[in-house]
Amino acid sequence: MYSKDLLRSLYSGMVKIRRFEETIEKHFLAGEIPGFTHLYIGEEAVAVGVCHNLTPKDYIESTHRGHGHCIAKGAEIKPMMAEIFGRSTGVCRGKGGSMHIADFKVGMLGANGVVGGGYTLAVGAALAAKLRRTDQVAVVFFGDGASNRGTFHEAANMAAAWKLPALFVCENNEWASTTPYRTTTSVADIADRAAGYGMPGVKVDGNDVLAVYEAAGELVRRARKGEGPALLECKTYRVKGHFVGDPEKYRTREEVQKRFSESDPIKLFEERAVKEKWLGKAELDSVREGMAAEVVDALAFAKSSPYPDPQELFTDLYD
Amino acid sequence: MKNITFSQATLEAMQEEMLRDESVFVMGEDIARQGGIFGQFKDLPQMVGADRVMDTPISETAIVGAAVGAALAGMRPVADMHFADFFGVCMDEVFNQMAKIRYMFGGQTKVPVVVRAPDGMAKGAAAQHSQSVESWFVHIPGIQVVAPSNPADAKGLLKSAIRSDNPVIYFENKTLFPLKGDVPEGECLTPIGKAAVCREGRDMTIISYSAQLLKCLEAAKLLADEGISAEVLDLRTLSPLDTDAILTSVVKTSRVMIVHEAVKQGGVGAEVAAIIAEEALDALDAPVARLGAPFTPVPFSPVLEDQYRVLPAQIVAAAKKLF
Repeated sequence: MYSKDLLRSLYSGMVKIRRFEETIEKHFLAGEIPGFTHLYIGEEAVAVGVCHNLTPKDYIESTHRGHGHCIAKGAEIKPMMAEIFGRSTGVCRGKGGSMHIADFKVGMLGANGVVGGGYTLAVGAALAAKLRRTDQVAVVFFGDGASNRGTFHEAANMAAAWKLPALFVCENNEWASTTPYRTTTSVADIADRAAGYGMPGVKVDGNDVLAVYEAAGELVRRARKGEGPALLECKTYRVKGHFVGDPEKYRTREEVQKRFSESDPIKLFEERAVKEKWLGKAELDSVREGMAAEVVDALAFAKSSPYPDPQELFTDLYD
Repeated sequence: MKNITFSQATLEAMQEEMLRDESVFVMGEDIARQGGIFGQFKDLPQMVGADRVMDTPISETAIVGAAVGAALAGMRPVADMHFADFFGVCMDEVFNQMAKIRYMFGGQTKVPVVVRAPDGMAKGAAAQHSQSVESWFVHIPGIQVVAPSNPADAKGLLKSAIRSDNPVIYFENKTLFPLKGDVPEGECLTPIGKAAVCREGRDMTIISYSAQLLKCLEAAKLLADEGISAEVLDLRTLSPLDTDAILTSVVKTSRVMIVHEAVKQGGVGAEVAAIIAEEALDALDAPVARLGAPFTPVPFSPVLEDQYRVLPAQIVAAAKKLF
C-alpha cells in the first residue's frame, strides 16, 4: 500500500529530528547554546507526516518549537545547527537563533517567537498563491496553547471567507507552556472549532505518522484544488519540558515516561514497520546510523564555525 | 503641473503602481465597494482589476499579518488601516513580524509592505479616531515612516513606498484628503528620507510635517508681517530622519521650533530636538522650542478639540519668544 521510499523517508525524517533535538538538548545543558530552545521530541510524526504532502514551493509557518518543522520541510541541518549555536554560517546568519529559524529556500517562512503569530502570515502566503493562481498551499503549525489566541479567529475567518489554500495544523501536545490545555481551553477537541468557520475540522492520532500523512494529504489536495482551508488537529504529547531546562514542577517524571512509552511515534512506527514487513530491522538500523552521522556532521560544522563579525549587527535591516 | 486633491494624488499613485507591477495589491476595510471612507480608493477596482483591490473582514490583525505573509511569498501588498488608531489592534503584526522578519531571518527575505494609515483630528472624531501615533513607529527599527503634507508628496511618497523593499508606514492626515495642490505630470517620486524646505527664511526654522505643516506656513506668513523671516522645513519622512536637512537649516538660522499635531511628550519633536542638541548646540542662539498636543486623549466637544490644536497664533507667539 505504501511505497518503500515513502516509508523510509517518513522514518528517516522523524529520526533526523529526534537526533537533532537530542543533540541540541545535550549541548544546551552543557551551556554551549545561548538563549532559549524548545524541543520537538515526541511530536515528530506531525511535522513529518504533514510536510510529506508538500513541495519546496509550498509554504509553512512554524512556532517557537520549530526545529522539527524546519527539518521536515527540507532545510539543511548544518546551517540550522550553526544558527542555533549563534554562528555566522547559520541559516539566519546568527541573527535569529532557535526561536526565529527560517529557511526561505525550502518555503519555511519562519519560526515565530510570538505564540499564535504565524496564522495571519500563512493566510497571507496562501493569498499570494491565490492571487498568482498557483497551486501552492500554506500550512501553519500551532499548539493547543496558541489555539486560544485571537489571531486564530481572524486568520481562520479570512482564509475561509476567501477560500484560501491554507491548512491550520494544531499540534495538541496537551501542554500550553506549563498549563494543561484542558484547564484553559473551551473544547477537548480543537478540531471542533473549525465548524465555526465553515471549514472541515479533522482530528487524527498525531503519533501515527501514516495517519497524519493521510489526513493532511486529503486536506492539502482539497486546498490545492481551490476548495479552501481546513483545520487538522494532531493529538500528540510534549515529552520534554516547555523549554530546555524547564524544572517541570507541574507534572511527574513517571507520568511523562508512561505517556512516552505508549506514544513515541518513532517506536510505534518501528514496531509496525517490522510487523508489517515494510522495513527490516537492518534497514531501520541503517537509517538511524545514517541520521546520527548527519547530525554529528552538523554539530561539527556549527561548532567549528565563527561567530558573526560585530559589524553584522547593522546588516539585513534596510535596503 | 496639474491641480488635484491629496486624495486624488494617492489614487493616482495606487493606479500607476498597480498597473506597473502586478505583484502590487491592496486590501482593507471598505475600500473596494465603498472606495474608502475618505474616497481615497474611489473606482480603483475598475482602474486596475477587481481581484487586486480587496474588501477585508474587520480584522486589522489579519489585514497586516496577511500583508506581511503575502510579501514573504513575493507580493508587494498595500494594507489600509482605516484609521491609524486601529494600529492598536495589530501591533504584534507591525512590530514583531513586519519590522523584524528581514533582520531576524538574516536577510533571507525582504518585506515590501506599505501600511496606509489615515490619522489626525477631524470633525469631532474624538479619542479613538483622531490620534497621531507616528512616534510609536519611529522607535521601531526595521520600518520606515512617512507623512506627506501636500498632494505632490502624497503621490510621490506613496509611489516610493510601494517600490521600496522596506516596510513603510504611510500616515495620511484625514484633513488633507480634500486639499488641492500642484502635482507634476508624469513620473512623480519623492525620495524616502529626504526633507524639503518649503519656505526659505533667515531668522528661525520651523520644523513640521503632515497637516500641521500648513499651520506652520500660515504662521510663517504672520511672522513675516512682524519682520521675522521663518524657514519652514517639511520632514516628509520621520524614519529615517533627514538629519542633514535639519542641521543645515538650524545652522543657517540659529533658532528652531518643532511643531506637530501629535502629543508633545515623547513625540517626534523630542527626537529632532535631541539631534539638534547633540549635533548643533553651538549654532543655537535660543533654546529649542517644541509645540505639540497636550498630554491628554483627543477630546470630543468642538470647544475642547479646538483647545487641543496647535494653531498658527500659538506658533507665532512661541516663535517670538525665541528672540
